[in-house]
Amino acid sequence: MASTKDPFEFQDFEETGNLLETNRDAVTISIEDEDIKPEEQRKATSLTPDEDPLDTDDKTELLGGQRKSVPFWTFEYYQRFFDVETHHVKERVIGSVLPWPGKNFIHTYLRRNPDLYGPFWICTTLVFAIAISGNIANFLVHSGKPNFKYTPEFQKVTIAATAIFSYAWFVPLALWGFLLWRNKTIMNLVSYSFMEIVCVYGYSLSIYIPAVILWILPFEWLRWCSIVVALCLSGSVLVLTFWPAVRDDHPKVIIAIMSAIVVLNALLAVGCKAYFFSKPEPVEKVDNSALKDVTKALSST
Amino acid sequence: MAAADESSRPFAGLSDVSISEDIPVEGDISVPVGPSRRDDEFSTLDEPVKETILRDLRAVGNKFIHVLYPKRSSALLRDWDLWGPLLLCVTLALLLQGGAADSDDQGGPQFAEVFVIVWFGSIVITLNSKLLGGTISFFQSLCVLGYCIMPLTAAMAVCRIVLFGGSGPVSFAVRLVVVTVSFGWSTFASTAFLADSQPPNRKALVVYPVFLFYFVIGWMILAFAPSQ
Repeated sequence: MASTKDPFEFQDFEETGNLLETNRDAVTISIEDEDIKPEEQRKATSLTPDEDPLDTDDKTELLGGQRKSVPFWTFEYYQRFFDVETHHVKERVIGSVLPWPGKNFIHTYLRRNPDLYGPFWICTTLVFAIAISGNIANFLVHSGKPNFKYTPEFQKVTIAATAIFSYAWFVPLALWGFLLWRNKTIMNLVSYSFMEIVCVYGYSLSIYIPAVILWILPFEWLRWCSIVVALCLSGSVLVLTFWPAVRDDHPKVIIAIMSAIVVLNALLAVGCKAYFFSKPEPVEKVDNSALKDVTKALSST
Repeated sequence: MAAADESSRPFAGLSDVSISEDIPVEGDISVPVGPSRRDDEFSTLDEPVKETILRDLRAVGNKFIHVLYPKRSSALLRDWDLWGPLLLCVTLALLLQGGAADSDDQGGPQFAEVFVIVWFGSIVITLNSKLLGGTISFFQSLCVLGYCIMPLTAAMAVCRIVLFGGSGPVSFAVRLVVVTVSFGWSTFASTAFLADSQPPNRKALVVYPVFLFYFVIGWMILAFAPSQ
């Protein structure tokens, strides 16, 4: 599916960049004047096939080596998403940790080459970082207590993996679907592919790794401070990235989508903090069974 | 691209999976079709079973020695087997049992969890290095990653012995040192074998997952707490 779309995506992107610069006025008018909008839209879309043959020829010549459209069941198809080098990954991680106003993460760092290496290993690192530091924090809090018995709490890895990976895959999926739907109704000049959205979400989690390691220290204020800092940084990366994609939409939709992005991000951070770094009572039989019920209920839903 | 080609040329021999002729073929049970074909052919059919098993064990032991002295040799890569990894993985998983397994829950990793983490982890790392354009074959990489668990398995055995003495701060410090050393050893040994198969500008990307993999196993060993 994606393989057939790929050459067109590149072309589309170039064109949207041009349009953004030259035709800004026309676009803003089209939003206010509901009647004219469909015509505008048709015009804009009809531009694409006209320029298509020449442009794609150029592209296929230039990028012939790496941008072959291969079916998705082949190994080469997935090799495309790992076509990064060490300095690329370093730049992307730094770019996701230090957002800069006006610097769109997708435009500045990904440049039509979204990778899966970063998202996958950042998520995996985060899973183990949460599980291990949650365990150590729990140990530090209770180490002096007489009836405390240290356990490795291995099930935390499973729960953390479920939470993190479902956040990093299902939220981008929902967002991608939503943006696709909005693109149909409102003409939007910036459209992101699914892989780009996944990539942004994966890299935006990288700030949580140092934050989670800081949570080992048993100071509540430090934890909340690092949560706020991490939330601001990763939230602003996401907002800055998706702002151009929804900018031309209705204000209500903009507010809804932006707040959904930020709230989901905050929910993940605070949820992890509350679940893995809470201060449970010293382990007793009653508490244990209660906790087991809760985890069972959670896992069954 | 040219640089990548140039760098991979000195190690072109590593990627050669085929077994060269001077090495006896191990575990070969093929029967010669006719005795007249080649009488002096090396046949494993009529040798004692003991010899067959011993030869395989010797091959496995030979690879253990290669892990202990990780020279940049291709011996571990040339003829892979998964017996050693299986042995090490089962030993590690068995040693990690009996911790909190007797108590009701909140326990350490179960046997299956250790097994899954070791095998699934090494499969994911191997896929990762293949996707990044490594020249090493799938099972060679699995073999190296599996054999390089050995220092950590040894550390687990040491930890069990130390834990017999008690679980105070001193024993924790000893275990921490042992696990750290063996973790470094594992990572160093595996990267010595694996890193050469990668383009130079992607080495760090391949080494990082390996580091994470052995770190997690090291943590499982360190966090192991026996039931009283």
